[in-house]
Amino acid sequence: MYDMFQALLQAPSYHLFFEALLIIWIFKLLFFSKAYAPESVLTEKEKEELIAEWQPEPLAPEIPDDHPVLMAMENNIITGKPGKYVTINGKSCVNMATLNFLGMAGNPSVEAEAIKTLKKYGVGSCGPRGFYGTMDVHLELEDKIAKFMNCEEAILYAFGFATIASAIPAYSKRGDVIFADEGVCFAIQKGLVASRSKIKWFKHNDMEDLERLLIEQAKEDKKNPKKAKVTRRFLVVEGLYINYGDLCPLPKLVELKWKYKVRLFLEESLSFGILGSNGKGVTEHYNISPDDIDLIAASLENAIGSTGGFCCGKKYIVDHQRLSGLGYCFSASLPPMLATAAIESLRLIDEKPGMLVELRENCEKIHSKLSDINGTVIVGEPISPVKHIRLAEPSTDRDFDVQTLQKIADLSRDNKVAVTLARYLEEEEHKLPLPSIRISVNNQLSDEEIDTVFTTLSEAFQKIITH
Amino acid sequence: MARDGFEVAVNGINNNYKHSNGKSNGISAYSNGHKVNGAQSKVQSTKSTPTFKEHFEQTPLGVAIWTYLGYAILVVIGQIRDFLRSIGIEKIKSCTEPKLPGFVPLFQSWESFYTRNLYRRVRDCWNRPIGSVAWAEMDILERVSYDHGWNFELTGKKQRVLNLGSYNYLGFSQNEGPCADAVEDIVNKYGVGTCASRQEMGYLDLHRNLDILVAEYLGVEDAITVPMGFATNSMNMPLLVGKGCLILSDELNHASLILGSRLSGASIRTFKHNDMEDLEEKLRFAVAEGMPRTHRPWKKILIVVEGIYSMEGSIVRLPDIIQLKKKYKAYIYLDEAHSIGALGPHGKGVVDYFGLNPKDIDVMMGTFTKSFGAVGGYLGGSKNLVNHLRVSSHSAIYSGSMPPCVIQQVISSMKIMLGKDGTNEGKQRIDTLAWNTTYFRQRLVEMGFIVYGNEHSPVVPILLFMPGKISCLSRECLKRGLGIVVVGFPATPIIESRARFCLSAAHTKEMLDKALDILDEVGDLLKLKYSRLKRQPALAESDNKELKNGTRNSSVSTFADLCTLSMKIIKTL
Repeated sequence: MYDMFQALLQAPSYHLFFEALLIIWIFKLLFFSKAYAPESVLTEKEKEELIAEWQPEPLAPEIPDDHPVLMAMENNIITGKPGKYVTINGKSCVNMATLNFLGMAGNPSVEAEAIKTLKKYGVGSCGPRGFYGTMDVHLELEDKIAKFMNCEEAILYAFGFATIASAIPAYSKRGDVIFADEGVCFAIQKGLVASRSKIKWFKHNDMEDLERLLIEQAKEDKKNPKKAKVTRRFLVVEGLYINYGDLCPLPKLVELKWKYKVRLFLEESLSFGILGSNGKGVTEHYNISPDDIDLIAASLENAIGSTGGFCCGKKYIVDHQRLSGLGYCFSASLPPMLATAAIESLRLIDEKPGMLVELRENCEKIHSKLSDINGTVIVGEPISPVKHIRLAEPSTDRDFDVQTLQKIADLSRDNKVAVTLARYLEEEEHKLPLPSIRISVNNQLSDEEIDTVFTTLSEAFQKIITH
Repeated sequence: MARDGFEVAVNGINNNYKHSNGKSNGISAYSNGHKVNGAQSKVQSTKSTPTFKEHFEQTPLGVAIWTYLGYAILVVIGQIRDFLRSIGIEKIKSCTEPKLPGFVPLFQSWESFYTRNLYRRVRDCWNRPIGSVAWAEMDILERVSYDHGWNFELTGKKQRVLNLGSYNYLGFSQNEGPCADAVEDIVNKYGVGTCASRQEMGYLDLHRNLDILVAEYLGVEDAITVPMGFATNSMNMPLLVGKGCLILSDELNHASLILGSRLSGASIRTFKHNDMEDLEEKLRFAVAEGMPRTHRPWKKILIVVEGIYSMEGSIVRLPDIIQLKKKYKAYIYLDEAHSIGALGPHGKGVVDYFGLNPKDIDVMMGTFTKSFGAVGGYLGGSKNLVNHLRVSSHSAIYSGSMPPCVIQQVISSMKIMLGKDGTNEGKQRIDTLAWNTTYFRQRLVEMGFIVYGNEHSPVVPILLFMPGKISCLSRECLKRGLGIVVVGFPATPIIESRARFCLSAAHTKEMLDKALDILDEVGDLLKLKYSRLKRQPALAESDNKELKNGTRNSSVSTFADLCTLSMKIIKTL
């Protein structure tokens, strides 16, 4: 200690001076680091003037009350059950619009289950899953879904849209790479944005384009192996594309997955409960083991006729979402009565796979019929329950085509066939599909009803297009 | 993350912004993301509600040290066990990621360190499954874990407990009564699901009725509803602001608001929790300086706040924010997820509480999950705004519309609240909740707990601080028949673990007394009564005395500041 003091005294003065400066500087850093209030050269008076001058843009753009979308909604108000028939403005129409492929919306046994649950649990769960919002029926539904899909575990979300939109950012972070099909639905697009990862788009269902990107990535990885070691790579596709009605080439995707070591996420909102001999989706359709897919996500709002969504896969993958899935952690859980409704729907599908055969037959029948309508193109696979009817000769003006299609939809509704336009947020979509009327097929449609649908639609098309 | 956690702020609503606040020491530093300030005492001329009192008592120094020490021990032991696992002495019981050759691991080991070594020990305090309606009492299904929290099994036994955890403010989470009957009718008439989005043939007359009723309830021109509360924010905020706009967001805003802000593409700046001076400073700066680098003016500025902050129990200083909004021509986005139904003489939320005009708020957002016992959310505002949302909302186009059973639950409960059912049950529920809130808070303060938040907030957090006490409190309360919510890091700042109670109109005084007795007993057992304001029940104090309280604490805080500071230095070393 004494030596140190001596050393201090003997040190040259410039040394002491620098040390003192250094100490002052450290103090300044420690105590006044916050003092960097953003310094402005403006005087208070100038600031006041700027504040008085500034005029913000309006919060929302001017939307008149007779905006076409608002009019279309007001003209199509539904009362009662949206089953095979739907009552629009008091008129009963054949329902070719809602995604109720198996008639689960309107199924009496599903309703009975929901009411039974209502009398035990009430409507809302009044809490997120973490805080007493987990009811035994949620666990049961997760269990049933996992068993149905032959997966280790399933996780339940309260809202279909939030399922994949939360699942993607739970795994893929900034710096990771996601390969995504250009035709993916909006929920996936939002999930991709939320992940802040690098997105590489490949052309819709174009495996060569995908492979080109994968090879590109592999080359890049070779150049920088250190970075490649921590860059996770994902491949996100839809099973049955809602915007196109076609299937993803899953066998090829799985092959590429193993070849280029990417994780495959599959969104099955439309195909779950529909494709495959037991309704297990595209994996069953192509006879591929669900173990080859890293994560399967689907909504319960279509074929199942309830609300919510789920992800399923290996336990070590799915469990991660229980702490990292934003839509899972921070949202109230699914109302129990909707969970039991989904359980009942699943049971019905499991019990009567015959309805899937009926549905497929109807899909094919309608597909071949609709192909005969003049002036239109029908987009989608014959076995797909969703079909898009587009104009064969679209004009250059998208709005005009949308209006034409809306007129056709209105006319066919007046003639008791309810159809809807596929709606998009035109500026927000990554790749905007052409305007179309979207037909969805129900397994309960009889041949006569299919004929009526065909005649009504084809008349409506002829009448409006020729005008 | 900086927040006024260490302050005793006894604040009146102030309308004079030039007024300096009583910072007692000139030192301010950041420590673990906490701003440590001297106690602020902003007791000023009060305006509309003279009883706006919020307490955030300072963390006692010794407790802070012990808390950090607790975490340090946990981390060290975690590291040791990770090491033992890596060399194969300890068996790995979790479901770990298999090594796939060539694949980049999905999870990095350090990412799950906290989950594996800390959260796993106390996992039984969360996700407790229940087997009944989440009413004032509920049945918790008993779980056991044979491997120290890695896996759970249900034993099939049930335990009836008091429920202080669910967000059932008005007690509408019921399986019988007029709401449940109406819902049953509607399921028979409309079925369960709609299988379509609002714009694609999923628009029921029920949706229209609900929109109209919600607008009436809020006192705004029009409203639109969304089937999920979280998605109401995350799917609709991008429609209001975008590139070239600025979002000024309270630092404690909910994850859905943060996600919505991020998805919107607007620039985001946060201001200190409920700190109007900081907000004004940021607003002034934003308007005067414009965008960074280009200095072009911002297109719009949106202030995003919540009505009641669910982790703090604080109420937003709305009158001040409206004043600022008018002065700087910003817009206000108010998320009333917890406050709608739960605050105000008519249960109409924080606007009603302060007696303000709802038209001054540009976007009124809220959820049906909490007070109305349903699920989903709404957005209300001017006719033009709602038209815009109807046309371009992500939720109106790309997701299923709200199921009829949920709509009916909201309609029925809202009608009761508006007195449209011809009874005064709605009024009674509000009064009961208000009484329960005051009573419960007062008793907790008297017992000596550190209770956070506004005296009128039905969300009541008490501070636990030490990590070990989080699980202890939860387990001990459950043992005695009380279900509570405990939260720790990362949902709160690392030092401020807390328990949160949500009061309900369904609680009777007997229930609350029972709960309080249990908390009293467990609080003594675990030494949770940290408050040093014990002898001076704060709620009954006059402003002057509170000022004294504030200054008294401030001297302590100077010392605490130095200590935290030195700890920071130690940490950086």
